Amino acid sequence: MKVKQLSLFLENQPGALSRPVALLAKAKLNLLTLSIADTRQFGILRLIVSEWEKAKALLEREGFVVNVAEMVAIEVADEPGGLARVLEALEQTPVNVQYMYGFTLRREGKGLLAFRFNDPDAAIAALRKKGVNPVSSVELFKGAHP
Amino acid sequence: MLMTKHDARQNRSFHPVSAPDFLPLPQLRELQLQRLKAIVQRADEHVALFRKRMKERGMTPRDVQSLEDIARLPFTEKSDLRDTYPFGLFASPLKEIVRLHASSGTTGKPIVVAYTQQDVQVWTNVMLRSFAACGLHAGDIIQNAYGYGLFTGGLGAHYGAEALGATVIPISGGNTQRQLMVMKDFGVTAICCTPSYFLHLIDQAPEAGVNIKELPLHTGVFGAEPWTENMRRRIEEDSGIKAYDIYGLSEIIGPGVAMECACQAGPHVFEDYFYPEIIDSRTGAPCPDGQEGELVLTTLGKEAMPMIRYRTRDITALTAEPCECGRTLRRIRRISRRADDMFIIRGVNVYPSQIETALLNVEGALPHYQIILTREKGLDVMEVQVEVTPEVFGDTVGALERLQEKLGKSIETTVGLRANVRLVQPRTLQRSEGKAKRVLDQRKM
Repeated sequence: MKVKQLSLFLENQPGALSRPVALLAKAKLNLLTLSIADTRQFGILRLIVSEWEKAKALLEREGFVVNVAEMVAIEVADEPGGLARVLEALEQTPVNVQYMYGFTLRREGKGLLAFRFNDPDAAIAALRKKGVNPVSSVELFKGAHP
Repeated sequence: MLMTKHDARQNRSFHPVSAPDFLPLPQLRELQLQRLKAIVQRADEHVALFRKRMKERGMTPRDVQSLEDIARLPFTEKSDLRDTYPFGLFASPLKEIVRLHASSGTTGKPIVVAYTQQDVQVWTNVMLRSFAACGLHAGDIIQNAYGYGLFTGGLGAHYGAEALGATVIPISGGNTQRQLMVMKDFGVTAICCTPSYFLHLIDQAPEAGVNIKELPLHTGVFGAEPWTENMRRRIEEDSGIKAYDIYGLSEIIGPGVAMECACQAGPHVFEDYFYPEIIDSRTGAPCPDGQEGELVLTTLGKEAMPMIRYRTRDITALTAEPCECGRTLRRIRRISRRADDMFIIRGVNVYPSQIETALLNVEGALPHYQIILTREKGLDVMEVQVEVTPEVFGDTVGALERLQEKLGKSIETTVGLRANVRLVQPRTLQRSEGKAKRVLDQRKM
């Protein structure tokens, strides 16, 4: 149920983003999501990508520092209170959200949220108990371009 | 307890060539005095600059009657070698000189050094004793990754290793992937290179599919640049080898002026050929054993180019305390800084080694860093660029900011000055395949 996400350290300077993206494009590795956390000096590029092992090896070979994190992807109904329900499921549990970002699957046009929890397994268990089912990576990439 | 590959090695027998390392002190001092008298005589006869300086002091070679008298002799400086470029300090005619080396001159002309056949033998002898001191012997396979050519490192180590009876691989510096391939495929047991280059090899090993810990490599002879005890620890932990500090400089002979024994307690100076003194680098006054200052060396057995009281610019201390190995040779404390490398920022003297210690004290940081000095609105600014490694890279901004802050605090505690720490991508800072360039001074004076 967990989805692997790659994080890259980037210096905050012109062109920093295009190099890794171009490398992945050239290797025909499909980007499902891309998000950036940045400060004045550096940034962290976060990617969910098809064939993450291959992408990681490629980026490391090119000199990037790559970290792998386990994300939980959750489909959220496009209606008021959609996110609130997810978060409610985690109340009364020790699970913490470290960061999150939203994205859409191009074919189905659905809203999805990617969560980085301090304890993904505990989060998945708590969500399931409340009837919220995380999306598996197989399902995710079904909706993406090959 | 786990056996390391070093424990697994057999005890080494004493190598007869090391006998002079164990001379009783009175004999050693007498030998030094006789050789000192001879070398002063030789320089006075054949080197015009030395003769002129002796005359200015109203001295003749006969004024040297004890080892203490050495303090009355004039110093030789690096600038003397430049000023007399190329052959001005030679004490032998060119027909007796069998080899010339030259240093990488960072400014202007290089400095040139010369060897007679006898000098090459002395050099081979001290390098052979260096390898023997750290337990290498015939049967070892030595990868010599010091640069061959005008630089003294490559050939100096080469001759010593061959004389030892070891198998020498004269691979020279550079071409990291090939170095790792050879290390693995040839069953290399010892390597000679700069410590920063070995760290680079450790960094690159996984990519080459090499696990240095699993190789037969057990010994590293590292020198040609200042390094620290922290670097030694890191090298030994990450590669499972024993790392020994060798000291030398082209002006004196090349590598092999001093070398650590198995005790790893600081390099023993081969005093029968090189007489060490420590002086206050500002006043030139001699310092007693144990006190830190600039290392000054006098060659006691060199024909082609006698160096009398050569100022090395290396900051260290001499210790006469007996070493567990039984050598009577005094030791120098590891040279971790040079009088030349020191920079002054906002009136404070800073050595790159202090920054290195500060970075290493923060958990997990590898010493790939560079110090950039700039001046903003008349104020000196020190920026320390540190490469991010997989070990310290957490995937949240907070984790990186905490790392940055910790590094900054550590530098401030060590140096007493604030520095801007900038995290940079791996492999973006200049790598040294020779000497490391740690400081980039961009201040407009």
